[in-house]
Amino acid sequence: MNFITNNNDPLILDGHTFNSRFILGSGKFSLKLIQTVMEYGGSEIATIALRRANADSPENILDFIPKNITLLPNTSGARNAEEAVRIARLSRELGCGDFVKIEVIHDSKYLLPDNEETIKATKILAKEGFIVLPYMYPDLISARKLVDAGAAAVMPLGAPIGSNRGLLTKDFIKILIEEIPLPIIVDAGIGSPSQACEAMELGASAVMANTAIATADDCASMAKAFRLAIEAGRTAYLAKLGRVLDKGAEASSPLTGFLQD
Amino acid sequence: MTVNGEFIELSSPIDLKTFLESQGYNINRIAVEINYEIIPKSTYQNVILSEKDVLEIVSFMGGG
Amino acid sequence: MRKIYDSMEYQPNMQVLDSDLLEQVLDKTKNFNPYQYTKKDVLSVLEKDNLSISDFAVLLSPAAESCLEKMAKKSKLQRYKYFGGNVLLFTPLYISNYCENECVYCGFNCKNKISRSRLNAEEIEREMIAISKTGMREVLMLTGESPTKSDVEYIAKAVSIAKKYFSTIGLEVYPMNVDDYKLLHQSGADFVTVFQETYDSTVYAEKHPAGAKRCFPYRFYAQERAILGEMRGVGFGVLLGLSDFRKDMFTAAVHAKLLQQKYPHTEIAMSFPRLRPYKNHTETNPNDVHETQLLQMMMAFRLFMPFASITISTRERSGFRDNVLPLCATKISAGVNVGIGGHTENEQKGDAQFEISDPRTLEEIHNAILNQNMQPVYTDYINTSLL
Repeated sequence: MNFITNNNDPLILDGHTFNSRFILGSGKFSLKLIQTVMEYGGSEIATIALRRANADSPENILDFIPKNITLLPNTSGARNAEEAVRIARLSRELGCGDFVKIEVIHDSKYLLPDNEETIKATKILAKEGFIVLPYMYPDLISARKLVDAGAAAVMPLGAPIGSNRGLLTKDFIKILIEEIPLPIIVDAGIGSPSQACEAMELGASAVMANTAIATADDCASMAKAFRLAIEAGRTAYLAKLGRVLDKGAEASSPLTGFLQD
Repeated sequence: MTVNGEFIELSSPIDLKTFLESQGYNINRIAVEINYEIIPKSTYQNVILSEKDVLEIVSFMGGG
Repeated sequence: MRKIYDSMEYQPNMQVLDSDLLEQVLDKTKNFNPYQYTKKDVLSVLEKDNLSISDFAVLLSPAAESCLEKMAKKSKLQRYKYFGGNVLLFTPLYISNYCENECVYCGFNCKNKISRSRLNAEEIEREMIAISKTGMREVLMLTGESPTKSDVEYIAKAVSIAKKYFSTIGLEVYPMNVDDYKLLHQSGADFVTVFQETYDSTVYAEKHPAGAKRCFPYRFYAQERAILGEMRGVGFGVLLGLSDFRKDMFTAAVHAKLLQQKYPHTEIAMSFPRLRPYKNHTETNPNDVHETQLLQMMMAFRLFMPFASITISTRERSGFRDNVLPLCATKISAGVNVGIGGHTENEQKGDAQFEISDPRTLEEIHNAILNQNMQPVYTDYINTSLL
């Protein structure tokens, strides 16, 4: 019997391998908590955001994220492709590598992503050598265009950002998992470990979460719960769900009785 | 000169590196755009700021 | 004497696409081993709604033969889920039987002393009128593979004549370059079918000793060139029984699947022509395709690509053809004459490629479909170029 271990099942993003399939958003935490949360969650990738610098703030988030963590700057705040490209370039100038999560939002009520502008930005940034992870509304046609544009993964939303409502888009995410030859990372809306587990069981390559952990009473324990849930879901996916055993023999063959060999 | 949306008066010609240090920025933790163009860190001391410049100074914070 | 060339080498005037589809298909199919699966594997695949390439391999296995009835139930469900009871009808018309290939299994082989001919424009028009009078709206035009006797301009002319009488035109002609397909599409053709015959390149070389058809990769890329020539859909097929039919079927379906993933807007069709096993041959030849295996292949493909079109061949007897319609097939020919012409009162001009087993008229097949509570359909899309 070959047991599946997470050691030989890395997440691969444009040639970079990761043992953890839990991407942690670093928003809404007190800076001192971040390192502990990352340790409990076992995350190897953390998203960060770009903002106007404040001259008198002595604390910087980069001093609180362990050095071995891959930083994934997002383009939150961008309202169109042009702004996303600008933010991505500034982020790279900050010296945190080539990863970027594209997030283009042109809707202030539901905060839903603009797939069309996201595709445009992906195309430009992939050409400039960025490893592009676009956040998107789970639409197959857009996802295919993201593949053509050079994305390294596709990050469909499970539910509106921060809503903690889980996999509302489950059927469409399943379609992406079946049809798109890139890792599918479920982003946004995942509110509990059971939802993260479900996404992984479906065959998602990774889960990204932030609000659910940052708003828990005990952030570190919640990060750990997410790690375990994501591992459980991944292992279940690799183990392949069993089937209900069929009882009894085949009695007759009403559909295939016409055969003459 | 406009810095992150606020007007700042320039008393005398000054290079970008000296300006940032005088304002208390940690140069290793920021990126700077002047008039929508990213300025490579290695050239900060060669860039002389002028009255009409629009500066964006950014750094990372937590975000999902 | 014509030169025998390396079957993997392109010949002059054969367009080479910048595509690695052949490598991808060969890579994904090289470890295919249908004998490794058990009945348990088959039953567990039959629990799924979306089949991976390896799931499909399981359904092609000898082990799956014992689960045929279960497969049929599932296949029927999928067939009705995607197509309801619709059955698309078409009539094939052979317009030329000149051929420059020497396929050892084929009646049109250029070394066979058969009566050769091609229809001229006037004769084509008469055939079209005769077929369209039966009520048929879709025609499939076929030629032998002779780019000199039935050149692209000749076929384009035939298509533009057909356009006057039919809403859908398919072609089963020799592989050509993208620009040729473009011309045929502009003339009114929408669908192109090319059978690879076998994906085993060694057997392929043996069975195709000469002619343009000998070039394996040029034939392989025909569907992709047709898509780039703006055809709406492409058809695939292997001559089941020519080589290891399970491996061939597996590879043909993977070919179709990968092409569909690369060009998601393209309509995919699969045909299942088989070399009949001869009764006096040894009963245990593993390459023999009996009705059981043929049905298994068809249903496995229905489950693997539930949205694709499946054509049931005229080579099969009427009882088989009628029964596979509710289980998996979606398209059937009617009023077939595989000689050259042959739909008018005039005698057919040239000899046929093979013998058909179902000579029923359109009306008879129409009624047979209705008798199964299914719906004959004559045209299933709006051709916007005609609006």
